[in-house]
Amino acid sequence: MASAGVAASLGVGTPSLGLPVIELDGVRKVYGNGQLEVEALKGITLSIAQGEYVAIMGPSGSGKSTLMHILGCLDVPTAGSYHLAGEDVSTMDEIDLAEARNRRIGFVFQQFNLLPSMTALRNVELPLSYAAMSRDKRRLLAQEALDRVGLGDRMNHKPGEMSGGQQQRVAVARALASNPALLLADEPTGNLDSTATDDVLALFHELHQQGRTVVLITHEADVAARAARVIRIRDGLVASDEVAAEVAR
Amino acid sequence: MTWSDILRNAWDAIRNHKLRSMLTALGILIGIAAVVLTVGLGQGAQQKVSNQLAALGGNLLIVSPGSSTTGGVRGGFGSASTLTTADATALSATAAAPNIKAVAPVLSSTSESLVNGTTNWTTSVVGTTPSWLSVRGRTLSSGHFITAAEQASGAAVTVLASDTATELFGRRDPVGQSVTINSVSYEVVGVLTSAGSDSTTNLDDQAIVPLSTAAQRIIGGSTRNSVATIYIKATSQSKLSGAYQEATAILDYRHGITATGTADFSITTQQSVLTATSSVDSTLTTLLIGVAALSLIVGGIGVMNIMLVSVKERTREIGLRKALGGTPMVIRRQFLSEASMLGLTGGLLGVAVGVGGAKILPHFISNPIAISLPAIGIAIGTAIVIGVGFGVYPAARAAQLSPIDALRSE
Repeated sequence: MASAGVAASLGVGTPSLGLPVIELDGVRKVYGNGQLEVEALKGITLSIAQGEYVAIMGPSGSGKSTLMHILGCLDVPTAGSYHLAGEDVSTMDEIDLAEARNRRIGFVFQQFNLLPSMTALRNVELPLSYAAMSRDKRRLLAQEALDRVGLGDRMNHKPGEMSGGQQQRVAVARALASNPALLLADEPTGNLDSTATDDVLALFHELHQQGRTVVLITHEADVAARAARVIRIRDGLVASDEVAAEVAR
Repeated sequence: MTWSDILRNAWDAIRNHKLRSMLTALGILIGIAAVVLTVGLGQGAQQKVSNQLAALGGNLLIVSPGSSTTGGVRGGFGSASTLTTADATALSATAAAPNIKAVAPVLSSTSESLVNGTTNWTTSVVGTTPSWLSVRGRTLSSGHFITAAEQASGAAVTVLASDTATELFGRRDPVGQSVTINSVSYEVVGVLTSAGSDSTTNLDDQAIVPLSTAAQRIIGGSTRNSVATIYIKATSQSKLSGAYQEATAILDYRHGITATGTADFSITTQQSVLTATSSVDSTLTTLLIGVAALSLIVGGIGVMNIMLVSVKERTREIGLRKALGGTPMVIRRQFLSEASMLGLTGGLLGVAVGVGGAKILPHFISNPIAISLPAIGIAIGTAIVIGVGFGVYPAARAAQLSPIDALRSE
């Protein structure tokens, strides 16, 4: 756990330590209608506190991806409630959801999802530009975020000129730039070799040490083992939720 | 996201596909250039007509003899010469017709042989009074016009139009020389300045003689006080209809006409004659503008096509932008901006090509092409509207994409 001093230094938007960032209560998600109904989530209740480092695991078809979409405000539950940083997002419309994603969540994707025509700096600035932030402030925050992931000297390179590990670091910087309540990583190491995987996981660990809330979705046990808490999903339900005896490393 | 961000993104997207964007803009370019050129052609033709009107002496009414009723049998228009020199004199009385400035009765013979020594030239000979010069808005390049004294005495003098003078005398000054018409020798007293041609006749190929001389020596016939046409000049363009009414009233009275349908004369304006000929031009112009408008629509469909391809190709990007906080409205604006920027680029280039064409083409074709600033403004506006109009559907498709599906797409 990070110290209160570190958390305070992270500035705006960071709730005080220990408060739940994520609170799911009886979340169900049903796809389709009538006879073709598929219940992907069958009632998930869980709480993740500020500063936790959580891995969500599960085989394909377990409902892991659906859970990730709901956690990421990309989708809303059919039933149940979801409070993100104290705000009920389960009944929001598309526009409010977009704003919630912009302000509260930093995404890291398996495929990096950087825009190839833009420099690293502009890629990191992208979520800030949707937050109606002035150009100067945006630039400053993006530069800070790139410095933090150790790419301060590669700001003006385009994604094509970087290695996979570096690209994923840019993506992490993009997720960090707006100082979100939650860092949500969906299979962030799925496209990386082992060196780059270690590199990125070390970065997550470091961010966790600094007091960031990190939720990592993965199917790889050794990746999940780096987290402080592992939640296993099976058939749309929480199968197990355990705090690791020791943080691997 | 501010508008400047949106526009910057749109410009980046266009630059990322330079060739494709250029080809798309080309469709708009052709349409806009065609509109600028055809509107220019139409306006050029109109300017030409109004220049001709001015050159011919605007404010002109032309009185032609109409049908006459003899013993209950009505002849067709022009079957008898019902106008006389006395009619012309009556029309020029300022007390009865304050809107009429000057009157010129005319007798003419369309093909008379003019001989100067061994050179001969067949042209039309016009007999008229001294007021003809101001009524027809002509000037002299040398000598003097027919005087009142020459008209009164039926003198054998002539004023040649510029082409006629050149044909008969070459580069020499014909003033003081003589030409023979109908075996009678006429002294050349003046030469008219060139006036070009109206829609039907070459105004620079004719010989003018006093009306009395023409009646006696060239036209002949039994009624030597009849005239073929009376030209009336109104005091100004705005007094044209007043002059028309006065002329009609005077001639009705003199000819004993009571019902309007039975008039034995007709009055037309120079404008109506030219408008008739230029209406052919304007029909063609309308057709060409129609074709240009069609090509703009085709260009717009090109924009729509490319925008749909672009939305499809960039599905992942759209998904990412939405995941990072892009609302449907902002995504829609981004694609609308791209489409309108394509339209604007095509429009600006089209205006450049159109204006260039308007400068260059008149060297190869006879028609003048006007460059009209309002038309250019409207063309650019149209290009943007087309970009936006045909961008609405692709932009709506982009805005409606679900971020989850979009992120998953390959």
